[in-house]
Amino acid sequence: MMRIPLSALIGLILTSVYFLAAIFAGWLAPYGMAEVVGDVWEPSSAEHWLGTDSIGRDLLTRMIYGGQITIFVATAATILSFVTGSILGFTAAVAGGWVDQALSRMVDLIMSIPALIFALVVLSVMPVTMPVLIAVMGLIESTRVFRLSRAVAADIVVMDYVEAARLRGEGSAWVIFREILPNALSPLVAEAGLRFIFMVLFISTLSFLGLGVQPPLADWGGIVKENKEGIVYGIAAALYPAVAIATLAISVNLVADWILNRTTSLKGGRG
Amino acid sequence: MNDDEIVPVSHVAEGETLLEITGLRIEATAYPPGEPPQEIVIVDGVSLSLKKGKVLGLIGESGAGKSTIGLSSMAYGRGGVRLTAGDIVLNGQEIRAAGPGVLRRLRGKVVTYVAQSAAASFNPSRKLMDQVIETTVAARGVSRSQAEARAVTLFRKLGLPDPERIGKRYPHQVSGGQLQRVMTAMALCPEPELVIFDEPTTALDVTTQIDVLAAIKEAIADTGVAALYITHDLAVVAQVSDEIMVLRHGKMVEHGTTDQIINAPRENYTRDLVSVRSIDHEEKAPVGETVLKVEGITARYSGLKRDILSDVSVALHPGQTLAVVGESGSGKSTLARVITGLLPPSAGKVTFSGRELSPALNGRSRDDLRELQMIYQMADVAMNPRQTVKTIIGRPLEFYFGMKGKQRDARVAELLEEIELGQGFADRYPAELSGGQKQRVCIARALAAEPKVIICDEVTSALDPLVADGILKLLLKLQREEDVAYLFITHDIATVRAIADSIAVMYQGKVQRYGPKSEVLAPPFDAYTDLLLSSVPEMRLGWLEEVVENRRMESAGH
Amino acid sequence: MHPILKFVAQRIALGLVLLLAASVLIFAGTQILPGDVAQSILGQSATETALANLRAELGLNEPVVSRYFAWLGGALQGDLGTALTNGQDIADAMSRRLGNTLFLAGWAALISVPLAIILGLIAVRYNGRWPDRLISAVTLATVSVPEFLLGYIVMFYLAVQFRWFPSVSTVYDGMTLGAKLNAIALPVMVLVMVVLGHMMRMTRAAILNVMQSAYVETAELKGLRPFTIIWKHAFPNAIAPVVNVVMLNMAYLVVGVVVVEVVFVYPGMGQYLVDHVAKRDVPVVQACGLVFAAIYIGFNILADVIAIVANPRLRHPR
Repeated sequence: MMRIPLSALIGLILTSVYFLAAIFAGWLAPYGMAEVVGDVWEPSSAEHWLGTDSIGRDLLTRMIYGGQITIFVATAATILSFVTGSILGFTAAVAGGWVDQALSRMVDLIMSIPALIFALVVLSVMPVTMPVLIAVMGLIESTRVFRLSRAVAADIVVMDYVEAARLRGEGSAWVIFREILPNALSPLVAEAGLRFIFMVLFISTLSFLGLGVQPPLADWGGIVKENKEGIVYGIAAALYPAVAIATLAISVNLVADWILNRTTSLKGGRG
Repeated sequence: MNDDEIVPVSHVAEGETLLEITGLRIEATAYPPGEPPQEIVIVDGVSLSLKKGKVLGLIGESGAGKSTIGLSSMAYGRGGVRLTAGDIVLNGQEIRAAGPGVLRRLRGKVVTYVAQSAAASFNPSRKLMDQVIETTVAARGVSRSQAEARAVTLFRKLGLPDPERIGKRYPHQVSGGQLQRVMTAMALCPEPELVIFDEPTTALDVTTQIDVLAAIKEAIADTGVAALYITHDLAVVAQVSDEIMVLRHGKMVEHGTTDQIINAPRENYTRDLVSVRSIDHEEKAPVGETVLKVEGITARYSGLKRDILSDVSVALHPGQTLAVVGESGSGKSTLARVITGLLPPSAGKVTFSGRELSPALNGRSRDDLRELQMIYQMADVAMNPRQTVKTIIGRPLEFYFGMKGKQRDARVAELLEEIELGQGFADRYPAELSGGQKQRVCIARALAAEPKVIICDEVTSALDPLVADGILKLLLKLQREEDVAYLFITHDIATVRAIADSIAVMYQGKVQRYGPKSEVLAPPFDAYTDLLLSSVPEMRLGWLEEVVENRRMESAGH
Repeated sequence: MHPILKFVAQRIALGLVLLLAASVLIFAGTQILPGDVAQSILGQSATETALANLRAELGLNEPVVSRYFAWLGGALQGDLGTALTNGQDIADAMSRRLGNTLFLAGWAALISVPLAIILGLIAVRYNGRWPDRLISAVTLATVSVPEFLLGYIVMFYLAVQFRWFPSVSTVYDGMTLGAKLNAIALPVMVLVMVVLGHMMRMTRAAILNVMQSAYVETAELKGLRPFTIIWKHAFPNAIAPVVNVVMLNMAYLVVGVVVVEVVFVYPGMGQYLVDHVAKRDVPVVQACGLVFAAIYIGFNILADVIAIVANPRLRHPR
């Protein structure tokens, strides 16, 4: 049994708590998502643990549902970026030649525009719905996944054991799934963690700017936006969802770091 | 600034003790993944003494602690290594626990260092001359022009081309062999008492090594400096040292004069080292049909302007060994790529068991592929780190013979016995094997295909001599048992002598000389073969001088 | 021609090609995608006539290619068109905002770059010990925290609770420099925190890489003083990677500015872009996208050019 370092353990626990809360939001939330249950910006009390929001909805309830939306959008966009990015990345590395050139130059081009700016440009003409958000974020971020998976696979393709498999006469399926993939998996899993964090920050930022999840639904970024006016009056309601974003990001980061460290020590390990 | 004070050139008269190390213990902290840090002992209870003007050779396999001991005479621990006990007395001064000021006055002035890789050890953004005279100017109180004049003298003495101007170049503008000499000049320039040579010729080609070695030896003699010469190659150290110390696992095995160690070793381990590469192999006469025939092969990599191979023709008989020998850039590994189909040639053909092979890999039948196997130099990267030994050896059985389950496992066990590893190895991952064991597993993987020919590409050059010896003996045994033929690619003549039946000498993409071993290795020689053969260090005293005296062709000046 | 000039010229040419391609991408992103601009401006309830009129007015009936060249030709001459929403000249409206943004980002760079390099050096000096670990923990935190959280935290405490700085960063012509600096203190602070983590971590890695090289060991074995080792042997080789790190993070700063401006209601480019995305004012969005992309690509070119110039192998070819 492997020893899990404390930081990774904390990360794992927090991450699971957030994901469980997102999955069971309907059971956990004390009130309805859009239900006005009190005064504007009530302080925290036994009925409303985190107080109420800018129009008197229970903030804890909003937070739980907001987490659900944030995590759902981020997860979907991460999956999309991974499927697109890694398939194209592996293809480029294994095929080489003009396929690699064409894909790589295309990715260079998309990455020459900052991700947030590109997303804003596209969202200025597209209807801002959840599928569109997921598609836009997932496709823009797939360029980063492409770069990583292409680099990882290109490093493995030149290994003598891959050459040995080719000399044996193995088909591409064996080469990709049995020789390359097992060795590329760990860096990709760690990267998935980092990409997920980036997606959480991305959707939160878009919603905060008013260009992400649209009311009456709200993700954490949207809840920050709804309550930001309160800051000037000394009301911290906007800080709670922001802190939730940060802690989720940090916990996933801790887990990803641990996975990455385990991989590198595996590579360097000699019995 | 006491760093800049002029250090007297010599306290010690000829024949007196310069360096005295007693009971040296060196430790380090290891961080195994997923386990608490461990203290490990790298060097334990080593003592040595060195007189002024003498050369002591430190020899041992990797992990013997020889570099660590060498650097301890500068009181330097590389990579967090700690000198934990013992005395290191240099010029009558204890330096193991000395402060940084004392050490600064010592390092680079009284004791200097020549590293294995000069290419990495020079600052890439400064001119060579600035680096060579750096400590001479700073610490010896010598003017810049005097120091440069001394450097140029040393450049000339070390046989560097254009000694007046080579100092104006940057490291990347000079070849590896030349850079190694410049580094020697850098070490000698401040007129040190002691120079530490840490494998200074190991990374060089054999014909270049001999020139650098001769230059180093002459420079040591002329300047009267003492030296610690660290290497894994006993034949090399025999040429330059007065005394030799044999090390193993951080402990001293034997210490004596060079003559005694070479000609009358007392310890078993030393005897093994001296007798390594003395495998007796009777040359087999070519019999029957050739199993592999290469005719008129010309090849180049796409994008290159010149041919890597031109008009290469060789042949291999069943159950025999053809050694293809040459230095880096001779095209010998490219020949292997052409034969295996990885690089289709622009002209010529490869015939295997009487049938002509398709030039490209994907045109070959499964039997063609099965009967022609390959073993690589770096066993580390020749095996998928995520597969167990059982999968690695079992896959060819499955793939070529359709073996499954118990039948396959039984055959894997048999093969493991054949390569002299037990069945316990079947469930290990490559990372859990030593270098020699990895190479054995690669051999088993090749054997599993029941091939007629195995191409061995430098299979022993990454291994320590004794381990390499074991691999060669295994290959010879397997050849007798399985009647398999080897195409053995190597740069090492000693290996060739040990196993070849016939030899092809390659030089700049052409076959320079080809025939049965006894003919190729017998005079009259062509100029290149002569240079190559004469450059291989022999384990006897006075060999270096003889060779330098008698050579006909200059090495390429690397 | 010296080969290094050739490399630099090649890199700049490549950058310009990339910028041109980026302009195509930005234009295409707003024109070819399945959204109907006229529809999204006027909303679902618009009549067919109104839509047709607006389309004609926007030139939407022209072929895409000729619209692109008209737009690009204008942009090259400094004419970015007029805003749909208020008919203002975009170049005019943008110039003051761009100045404000550069003022804000410039001060953030001025503070964060030296700070990041010094902290990176400290992390290297105490590699593996507590200052290093503290620095990497802080880095992890700042990398994971959204810009607006940092913004609201400093606003909540420093502006609202302690009243040290204004919570809204208003700047206008005729303000004294001191007043301006007071106004942008909080956004600058946030931007510094945003880029510091990345920059510090990358600087640390770059310097560590140089310090662990064989030639630095050679210098140590020459008995040189630590200062000499750093100044003569480590520094010349560390310039290129560190400058590269700084440039890449400046590009990152350009993006961070968008959110920070919205938080502090600062009259800059970011605010301008976000406002007009919400209003679906496509010409303004295109113009802003182009300017941001140009700055971003510019920093990337600069980073590569410096890396080329600092490489001794290219400066002194064989």
